Amino acid sequence: MRPGEVSSAALEAAFQSAPAPDWMYGDVSPKAEIAPAPQPKPDSAAPAKTVAKSGESEDAALKTEQSIRVNVDVLESLMTLVSEMVLTRNQLLQISRDRDDAEFTAPLARLSALTGELQDSVMKTRMQPIGAAWKKLPRVIRDLSNELGKKIDLIMEGEATELDRQVLELIRDPLTHMVRNSADHGLEGPEERVARGKNAEGKIRLSAYHEGGFIIIRIADDGRGLNTARIREKLVEKSLISKQEADTLTEAQIHRYIFAPGFSTASKITNVSGRGVGMDVVRTNIETIGGQIDLLSIEGQGTTFTIKIPLTLAIVSALIVRAGNQRFAVPQSSVLELVRTGQNSEYRIERIDKTLVLRLREQLLPLVELGPCLNVKDTKLRFIQDETILSTTAYVMVIQVGESRFGLVVTEVLDTEEIVVKPLANMLRDIAVFSGATILGDGSVVLILDPNALSTHAGRLLEEASIQGVGKQVKENTTALLIFKGMGSSLKAVPLSDITRLEQIDCDRFEIIDGRVALQYRGRLMPIVPFADGMSLVTEGVQPLLVLNTQGYPMGLAVETIVDVVEETLRLELSPDKEGVRGTAVISGRACEVIDTNHYRLKGLSEHLRPLSTHGETEKSLEISVA
Amino acid sequence: MSIKDYLTIVIEGQLFGIEAVSIHDVFYINEMTPVPLAREDVDGVLNLRGRIVTAVCARKRMGMGPRPDSIPNPLAIALEINGDMYALIVDSVSEVMKLDENRFHQPPGNLPPRWSETLKGVYQLENDLLILLEPSGLFEATIIAKAA
Repeated sequence: MRPGEVSSAALEAAFQSAPAPDWMYGDVSPKAEIAPAPQPKPDSAAPAKTVAKSGESEDAALKTEQSIRVNVDVLESLMTLVSEMVLTRNQLLQISRDRDDAEFTAPLARLSALTGELQDSVMKTRMQPIGAAWKKLPRVIRDLSNELGKKIDLIMEGEATELDRQVLELIRDPLTHMVRNSADHGLEGPEERVARGKNAEGKIRLSAYHEGGFIIIRIADDGRGLNTARIREKLVEKSLISKQEADTLTEAQIHRYIFAPGFSTASKITNVSGRGVGMDVVRTNIETIGGQIDLLSIEGQGTTFTIKIPLTLAIVSALIVRAGNQRFAVPQSSVLELVRTGQNSEYRIERIDKTLVLRLREQLLPLVELGPCLNVKDTKLRFIQDETILSTTAYVMVIQVGESRFGLVVTEVLDTEEIVVKPLANMLRDIAVFSGATILGDGSVVLILDPNALSTHAGRLLEEASIQGVGKQVKENTTALLIFKGMGSSLKAVPLSDITRLEQIDCDRFEIIDGRVALQYRGRLMPIVPFADGMSLVTEGVQPLLVLNTQGYPMGLAVETIVDVVEETLRLELSPDKEGVRGTAVISGRACEVIDTNHYRLKGLSEHLRPLSTHGETEKSLEISVA
Repeated sequence: MSIKDYLTIVIEGQLFGIEAVSIHDVFYINEMTPVPLAREDVDGVLNLRGRIVTAVCARKRMGMGPRPDSIPNPLAIALEINGDMYALIVDSVSEVMKLDENRFHQPPGNLPPRWSETLKGVYQLENDLLILLEPSGLFEATIIAKAA
């Protein structure tokens, strides 16, 4: 027996009795009553000593626990050993499945369960509270608030949320960067804040919590929010997008451009930020560990960044698929759904020129064939050359990469398996489409696909497909449009899909609170926004409302009359001349202004999220006018 | 005088040597997973006792002809470079020689770059030339990139 195995078993007993891993870096924390004298690992290079915990921790239970310091290398090697053990167990299980040997099965099942538990316990030793990455932030904020002359209150919530040490190391810098950003760009100076009716002290709220196999981190400030117009201007100036694009993109889409490389709107470069390298690096860092980042910003009210990252990088659940005669692993987190096509299936692969598409719920999904894309032996561009396309059975994995989706065509989907990701050798690291390799239960090696890189690799194909896809969509697909009169006689149109409900509400049901109109709607208070400034709601009879839903916050858009619903191709012909309009189109032979629902959504959202201080101000000014 | 052990290997009739201390293993390859889009001299990846090993064909690496059918089961030498495991697929392995490190000659200057980047030196045996291979030169991407 190797010494490593003995000690991992000895540690296992200790780990199992410790529900919460310790605060300290690389510590394990056996409870005192079960392991009164913690045994240092015999081959541990680190000096093992007991540390009595005290103070600072918010979790009172931690205070009484004892802990030993263990070298990180020891934990890493434990992890590798356990991974090997799990793989060997899988091999054994596979062998026993093929044989009918009852004597063998019971102890094997027990061994299997134990191995699983051991793996969980060892995984736990790698977990650390996210607070470890936040420790320096109060100081960073204090320094910044002195430097920038701002008053900043940093609120941290959920410090005890645990995640893998390796992930923690990787997000430490991006997090610091983003908090600095919030303090520098996001928050206004005290005078400006007071002038806007906010508390002079700016707030940055950092929170973390678990959701599924992910950890969600939020960084929210109550500062000025992103200046959409400025970003738009800068984007055109730096020719990252064309003028036309700039006009048609929604606010949220424009906001996401702050993650683009080389983008900065800061007019002056401080030593804190504004160098144009930042958010793109943050995004790259987060995406390399399989995470996602998004933001919500409301002008004048603040910006919230949401980061979603996996708890651990060491073990991922993956789909094992076959393309041609070779197997590949695809991380399950990036697969949205699986679609079986061909015989006995309602779906089939279709072709536009040389690209493949799949009709999926009224949308055209561009497809990439995995085998030919990777030049796997024995796979030809089967679907492109072969006319028997309709009858072929294949599987399409719908994969989301950033904003876009594509389908990966594979010959067969074999299995799902928990795999231990191992990096590829240096010599193969320039092949971006593989993020690593793993050893399956049967002992064979399979390569792990990186869907992000794969979509880039197949980019040209995809691009063509999507262009043709869009063209075809316009020809084939009509949009259901709602035609209404906003204010006055001119016709407006809006895609029906943007509207949650149409309501005719008796005007007596409206309630006026502090000058704002609201309606009790499905148990919630819903703000009513008039379609145009200066438009008054009906005073008798019924008021037609378009109900929009934004992130769970409903709003009612009051319009004059609802005219019609038509199915027609939406083609914008005149570009917009005012806010809230996407352009003008001819619908049913009449010129209609197509409205941008996002403009109204934001209005509604800002009613919901209006900070309290604004109320204070209006009240104050009322008092003054009364006096 | 410093004597070291060298494992001698044969690739297309040519005698090569690799410092024995750097070799982890000599084994026959049974199952291998090809790596699509990889450099042409990478034959695939394989599982060697739970470690993932990248197999490089010595013939392709040195720009020699394909392996004849008379050598059915590829023999490989496992080496570790900067924490990565590699396997060099060779024709055959012969004895381990004790040679004096100081008696190696600089490789001649007129060798093709493919060769010169992988050589450490040449030893004059009685009736043969032994070419000493530099493992990091064989597998390290930086050196290969420079040569390409």
